[in-house]
Amino acid sequence: MSPDPLVEIRDLNFAYDNRAILTGINMTIPRGKVVAIMGLSGCGKTTTLRLIGGQLRPTSGAVRVAGQVVHELDETGLYQLRRRMGMLFQFGALFTDMSVYDNVAFQMREHTDLPEELIHDLVLMKLHAVGLRGAHHLMPAELSGGMARRVALARAISLDPMLMMYDEPFAGLDPISLSIVGELIRKLNDALGISSIVVTHDVQESLKIVDYVYFVSAGKIVAEGTAEDIKHSREPFVHQFVWGEVDGPVNFHYPAQPYRQELHEQPARPSGWWS
Amino acid sequence: MTDRIWRLGFASRFMLMTLLYSGTALKRFQLTMREIYFTGVLSLIIILVSGLFVGMVLGLQGYDTLQRYGSSEALGILVALSLVRELGPVVAALLFASRAGSAITAEIGLMKATEQLSAMEMMAVNPIARVVAPRFWAGVISMPLLAALFSAMGVLGGYVVGVQLIGVDEGSFWSQMQAAVDFRQDILNGVIKSFVFGVIVSWIAVFEGYDADPTAEGVSRATTRTVVTSSLAILAADFVLTAFMFRGI
Repeated sequence: MSPDPLVEIRDLNFAYDNRAILTGINMTIPRGKVVAIMGLSGCGKTTTLRLIGGQLRPTSGAVRVAGQVVHELDETGLYQLRRRMGMLFQFGALFTDMSVYDNVAFQMREHTDLPEELIHDLVLMKLHAVGLRGAHHLMPAELSGGMARRVALARAISLDPMLMMYDEPFAGLDPISLSIVGELIRKLNDALGISSIVVTHDVQESLKIVDYVYFVSAGKIVAEGTAEDIKHSREPFVHQFVWGEVDGPVNFHYPAQPYRQELHEQPARPSGWWS
Repeated sequence: MTDRIWRLGFASRFMLMTLLYSGTALKRFQLTMREIYFTGVLSLIIILVSGLFVGMVLGLQGYDTLQRYGSSEALGILVALSLVRELGPVVAALLFASRAGSAITAEIGLMKATEQLSAMEMMAVNPIARVVAPRFWAGVISMPLLAALFSAMGVLGGYVVGVQLIGVDEGSFWSQMQAAVDFRQDILNGVIKSFVFGVIVSWIAVFEGYDADPTAEGVSRATTRTVVTSSLAILAADFVLTAFMFRGI
């Protein structure tokens, strides 16, 4: 691990409405690496990203990005920091009232005084990097899921961030788009010299491209290591997760009363007046 | 009950933030202009057509009542005063709430549900400054203009029915109107009313959108709340404003 990590999370706790979401999280994201945060849906992965981006405040503990404690920054400081972060949202979160071109140009127009000719060239370069230069005139509604994700990626890197965060970049993509997005994440990371955090539950795709993995379950880190470590892990949860086994530490059934009791003894109640 | 008070407090703080972050909307006025097109210009059809019909009905009803007292030539005054003082600002605001207010709420609510607002925040752009404030100011600017157009169309409707169809004397229709409508007392007060209604509708619309639950059901409920709450608020505020403006007349 490099001595000066880009992101450092220490003893992070986060609770929402007195319900603990994250407890005692420690993570280090070294510069230039792609780090994955894996776990089941709803285990607190996205919350971790939001804490890094300063959209949520930790209950205790701290997130440091480039040496700055995120939750101690004032609004100006936080916005300064966010200009150097890019985030890819799960479904792209493209602005639906703007064309692909305007979406990618959005941050340049908001944050810089670049002349429109230069913005034009930059936008086409960013779109070319994700293979969608030819789609610059389309509206988001005309894009497929994979294309929308790539446009959102071009938008996220439009101001050359130092840190890229990906929230479920592989969710709901066909196999070809999946490989394209996976490869883009790795290539952009290495070509632009940035660091990346990938929040995902897609094991096979992400293990191909990441340098280091944190496994989160029920708000705690249960395992960490390189892709190889994870593949050969004997930790029961990780094993079940990586190999997609139906039963293991994570039960198939949601917690419920005993089956017999619920079928025989509980009278059936209508769920609403119309049923 | 506590929930409602809490929500009102939140709405007030939200309004304060909107005013505080209005710099962008006013400095980069093309952002607000774009929203004026969507809220104001696209509301023109419904406002103009409704204004015409309301004026025509006023012409019919007004003539029917006035001719019983033999003063049908005062029709111009009746039409103009009812429109400029009351019906123009109030009906235009009610129409504006259902045509544009609901659209603003649905748009902001859906932007929230599809994480567009969150994405904007992560791009270091304040959504209140970039999304909310331009829509708020567009509503505030559009409302008095729409109310004025509504009244103008209404007067035209009253003229068509009263003078052209029924045959009230054209000269007295216009001259009595001109003599009786006072600029400060009637027109300016009408403009103040429509400005206040513009603030109310725009505030409720942007707040409900921003506060909507980010689900299909949440956005639908927020849209309904915008129309219901702003309609009630318009009518209540109209009573208060009227009581202050026209007392003793």
